[in-house]
Amino acid sequence: MIEFRDLHKAFGPKPVLTGLTLTVKDRETMVIIGYSGTGKSVALKHVVGLLHPDAGDVIVDGRAVSTLDRPGLTALRRDIGYVFQFAALFDSMTVADNVALGLRRRGLGEEEIADRVREALALVDLTGTDERMPAELSGGMRKRVGIARAIALRPKYILYDEPTTGLDPVTAAVMDRLMVRTREHLGVTGVVVTHDLRSAYTVGDRIAMLYEGRIRQVATVSEIQATEDPVVRQFIEGRAA
Amino acid sequence: MISALGRRTLALVEAAGRWGFFVTDLGRALSDVGTWSRLLAGQMRRIGVDSLPVAMFIAAFTGVVLALQASYTFTGAVPMYFVGTLVGKTMMLELGPVLAGLALAGRVGATMAAELGTMKVTEQVDALETLAYDPQSYLVLPRVLAATLMFPVIVALSILVGICTGWLTSLVLLHLSTPEFIKGLKIFYRFKDTWFGLFKSATFGGTIALVGCRVGLSTYGGAEGVGRSTTRAVVYSAVLILVLDAFWAVVLL
Repeated sequence: MIEFRDLHKAFGPKPVLTGLTLTVKDRETMVIIGYSGTGKSVALKHVVGLLHPDAGDVIVDGRAVSTLDRPGLTALRRDIGYVFQFAALFDSMTVADNVALGLRRRGLGEEEIADRVREALALVDLTGTDERMPAELSGGMRKRVGIARAIALRPKYILYDEPTTGLDPVTAAVMDRLMVRTREHLGVTGVVVTHDLRSAYTVGDRIAMLYEGRIRQVATVSEIQATEDPVVRQFIEGRAA
Repeated sequence: MISALGRRTLALVEAAGRWGFFVTDLGRALSDVGTWSRLLAGQMRRIGVDSLPVAMFIAAFTGVVLALQASYTFTGAVPMYFVGTLVGKTMMLELGPVLAGLALAGRVGATMAAELGTMKVTEQVDALETLAYDPQSYLVLPRVLAATLMFPVIVALSILVGICTGWLTSLVLLHLSTPEFIKGLKIFYRFKDTWFGLFKSATFGGTIALVGCRVGLSTYGGAEGVGRSTTRAVVYSAVLILVLDAFWAVVLL
């Protein structure tokens, strides 16, 4: 279980998170929606300790992330896969090496690593791309390699940062299908940060709207679609103020 | 005026603190041998072998110029075999380490800052962390160790090349004989001349890599930020090399 407890974060004088509280239950996919620049990615980075909160904390399976030392953080990160907005592939490595890097850290044998890489690439429909370099891939393929890198670790949690941003509608739908398939195959708990509502409705069990640094509403997909909250309504209808 | 001074002081203390944390983290990363040791050989090849042509080129011409300038200064006043003394001493104690250091601050320091800076702004460093790697042991330590170990090798070869071109120049242009040049080379030689230059170059190497990595990892602001970091890494490294050069001269000579 992942719990955001009264999370506060500011960058300089600008407050970004002002008391974010949210619980992500095991085996569910929670989608966090919200306007650009409202701190969705910032919230996600707190889960793996890439950012340190000004106040509050994120609790992952009873571990308060901000209090963990380096070995504690390393242990936590072994349970979490992170899919970056622009994939963040290592551009000097092949696709296979990108996917294998996290596995090498876990001390697996080369044979098992090769099997896991093959399996992960097959799951994202990228079989045969092992020896290609990231620069030779399209944006959608790079994001899929990012997902393969995360799922190859067989994590308990996967965090997706804007997985469909910048993709055409068909490729975005492929990404949505992948996220659903990943949950079904691996039974992982997911947190998806996005402002793509079609994607949110497809992959989410519950949707939370982040507004002005805190959660405005958290509800199931159908409840969100029928919401009476004017702010959430405006966002999902895409109306200008 | 006073508040500006206060702000600058605070910024300076903050920067010193960040450097302190950086170096402490680096020390802690030493225990992650499994990670950095796998990457060390690759970095040694990149820093060492790939830097050799530049360093050799500079040393070759420095040797020529030193011999000619020594002859110009000594003619009619000092025996010409002292050309060998000047070429040897200057290459070993000063110009070998410092010129190679300054040249490689540009090549090695800028490369590290640009490489790590690009990784930082494209979230590759964050990705590395989420894969449970410590960037200090994966990115920084192999580079710092490789530079510290390889710089003395590069400088030793530079000194050798510089002395050889100085000797050839003395032979061909100054009509000095080989025994005369060697006599000059040996006359005031002390073993300290050798280890002083090599030790100094090891500290230059470590400093260049530390600065390149630290500046690279603190990059922000996309391509422009990477450009800024690259320039900063070269300038800081060059300044620190000159400061260290003076420091070691005061402390060790």
